[in-house]
Amino acid sequence: MTTKAYPRLGETLYTTTLPNGLTIHVVPKPGFCSYYAVLAANYGGDHRRFSLGGEMIDTPAGVAHYLEHKMFDLPEGDNALNLLSANGADPNAFTSGSITCYYFQCTEKFEENLRLLIHFVTTPYFTAETVQKEQGIIGQEIRMGEDSPGSAVYYNLLKQLYANHPIRDRVVGTVESIAQITEETLYACHKVFYAPSNLCLCVEGDVDGAAIEAIAREMLPPEKAELPVADFGPEESLLPQETLHRECMAVSAPQFLIGAKFRPVEGEGALRQRIVAQLALRLLVGSSSRFYTSLYADGTLNRDFDYEADFSAGTATVILGGESEEPETVLAALNERIAEVCKSGFAPDAFERAKRASYGARLRGLEDFDSVCVSLASGQFEGYCPFDAPGLLDQVTKAECEAFVRENLQPERFALSIIEGKKAEA
Amino acid sequence: MELTRSEILPGVWLSHLRSDKFKTACLSLNLLTQLQRDTASLNALIPYVLRRGTRRYGDMEALSARLDELYGTAIEPVVRRIGEIQCVGFYASIPEGDFLPDGQDVLHDAAELMGEMLLAPNTRGGLLLPQYVDSEREKMLEMIRSRINEKRGYALFRCIEEMCCCEDFAVGRLGSESECENIHYKKLTRHYHDLLQTCPIELFYCGRASQKKVVSVLRDALATLPRGEINYDIGTDVRMNALEDEARTVEEKLDVNQGKLVIGWRLGECMEEPDLAAMHVFNAVFGGGSTSKLFMNVREKLQLCYYAGSLIDTHKGLMLVSSGVEFSDKDAAQAEIFAQLEAMKQGEISEEELEAARSGVAGDLRSLEDSQGELEGFYLSQALDGPDCSPLELAELCENVSKEDVAAIARSVDCDLIYFLTGGGESEEEDDDD
Repeated sequence: MTTKAYPRLGETLYTTTLPNGLTIHVVPKPGFCSYYAVLAANYGGDHRRFSLGGEMIDTPAGVAHYLEHKMFDLPEGDNALNLLSANGADPNAFTSGSITCYYFQCTEKFEENLRLLIHFVTTPYFTAETVQKEQGIIGQEIRMGEDSPGSAVYYNLLKQLYANHPIRDRVVGTVESIAQITEETLYACHKVFYAPSNLCLCVEGDVDGAAIEAIAREMLPPEKAELPVADFGPEESLLPQETLHRECMAVSAPQFLIGAKFRPVEGEGALRQRIVAQLALRLLVGSSSRFYTSLYADGTLNRDFDYEADFSAGTATVILGGESEEPETVLAALNERIAEVCKSGFAPDAFERAKRASYGARLRGLEDFDSVCVSLASGQFEGYCPFDAPGLLDQVTKAECEAFVRENLQPERFALSIIEGKKAEA
Repeated sequence: MELTRSEILPGVWLSHLRSDKFKTACLSLNLLTQLQRDTASLNALIPYVLRRGTRRYGDMEALSARLDELYGTAIEPVVRRIGEIQCVGFYASIPEGDFLPDGQDVLHDAAELMGEMLLAPNTRGGLLLPQYVDSEREKMLEMIRSRINEKRGYALFRCIEEMCCCEDFAVGRLGSESECENIHYKKLTRHYHDLLQTCPIELFYCGRASQKKVVSVLRDALATLPRGEINYDIGTDVRMNALEDEARTVEEKLDVNQGKLVIGWRLGECMEEPDLAAMHVFNAVFGGGSTSKLFMNVREKLQLCYYAGSLIDTHKGLMLVSSGVEFSDKDAAQAEIFAQLEAMKQGEISEEELEAARSGVAGDLRSLEDSQGELEGFYLSQALDGPDCSPLELAELCENVSKEDVAAIARSVDCDLIYFLTGGGESEEEDDDD
């Protein structure tokens, strides 16, 4: 187990990779009552097509999420969710496009709960009957998503931006796609994607790294399995397929998202690119930017406005938006501001302030056990350690942020997705 | 962690919790006032208008730049309703000097800025700027209207609105659209001065600074606070019984794919001497989480819905069960929810159910100690009407709740209203007034 201290952040990180390929990260937190553990699989809704042992395999949309639901069933007729809850833990799981996370938070019986977590995530047990039964519950979840304007505006945007990448489709799948899922599908995908080499265990709390490593060694098979290679389709053009899309739903004010694709850097530069993208967006559209404060003051934007550079399953997307009566005005103002930045750059004092604010925000992010552990796991799968971010932030230059804007945020790169309210009858 | 309470200025109370656990300190300021239909929006709007600009930092751009300079210190408006007490003010998260270059201390500057927001807003002729008031009023109106966007929360809100139709509680923390629409900058300025003079103020700090230092920093920051006669006569009207003998029913149609069933109860006579520990455990057994009767039976066993859970408001004395169901499963889900409550009244609570509920609630309370935001909420509501104990002490009480304690709460509750949000709205037929 290697130990790395981050004195500036007041954190220490223990990391080890077992011979079977499982990576473990432990962040000790003396003085805290809570423990948090996540066992994550490098497997999400976007991993629908993959090759293994020279064979290409296609699976229906929604398998990763379906599997997440069914993993809680244990052979003895038990349910891991109930066992953990009965033990005083607060367990749950989520599936995104690129990752599946099983986690719990507790204040007592941590080791027992950790054993349960590892046990249920690595013990597939499905029957035709239980798989069939789950279709109703997931069908309801799909319907709930369909009623959500937030989810509609997001997926419409991704469909506008991406021609082929599975990020276009809802992680939960559709009622039709999940109807094709059988217990065989689930067993096969579990075998491929839940081998220790494709998992990452992250723990935070008043714990001892060596004890956690010992539990993982004892419980998991020693062999290292072959890793699947996901196929996300042909490389996407950087231009959107459809620049403007509108849909009507029951909303009180139009909701909108503006998005643009860019090429993600892999390996060494991955974390730096994330920091640069985030800092550039903060400068361009963040809470103290001229863009945001002026549109907020004139009523075009409100506090719902948010922005992010999202990296998922080989994609990188700038997404910003919120609520506005005039989404097109927002896009026009954005393009105008970008043109100014391309011409004159960011103000040096604003750049220094943004760096300070970004450091403070990262510090604040360390308070949340769940976000720390999940970011350690996704960083592991994407080849970086989030604790290195503050050190890298110091090195990032104004010119890098300006280059990010100039190279990636040209007017032709943007798509605009709008959900409009249906006009109510007086 | 030890809590110290002190009155640092007339009617201004500080709860100070020293802790070395966190990377950021938290500081909140709350003006306490009675929730009323005709003033709820006025109160709620004030921190938002004050957050627009101060005398020194005249607009949001300048103010936000100052916050960036303070290493991303965040000072945001907060508006809460705890029972029928409306709490309006600011919540700040301030990076601790130990993690900043040269150990820079930003607490003083952050508190000073918060004081300026409260006491020295950007005004003209002594009046809040009309453009700030108008713009924040429009945004608040939109927040009120946007309740409908998220259907689960909307259904809960509507159930409370119908259930408490004769109480101020129905108005919600932001007040009503019709009240908000009429806010004008002159009226708001007058109201702002009234609040400053009469409201009890609750401050909360959790972080590395000593009590002495925090008191001194805050006394400086609030030195110009005008104080008149403090209005301590605020509280919550707890009604023990349902409005009518038979539970009322309300059905609303909207263009939705999934129905939302929300059932509201009065917690009843157990509110006479509220036993918080027993109430929390009762809620956990009934519908508080994934070991609860509602989750296990309505969702898992009968597969009647995607979610089914209960929540209780121990200040106002309410319980709400909320569930997402297919339209056609509504009656079956409703019957099962009542059947589960009936079972609890009869004491049909297994050892496992009780133990899972007790340890779950106790664990949640213990983990509060690891989150400043949660601690802030806990101690604020305690300062208003809660018992005088720490989360750890309350956790221990929860572990000693008996089956009979839980069954007694089940027998105390009184069903008041059944609300169902169903599909088929937005058609040609006109909505009747309801």
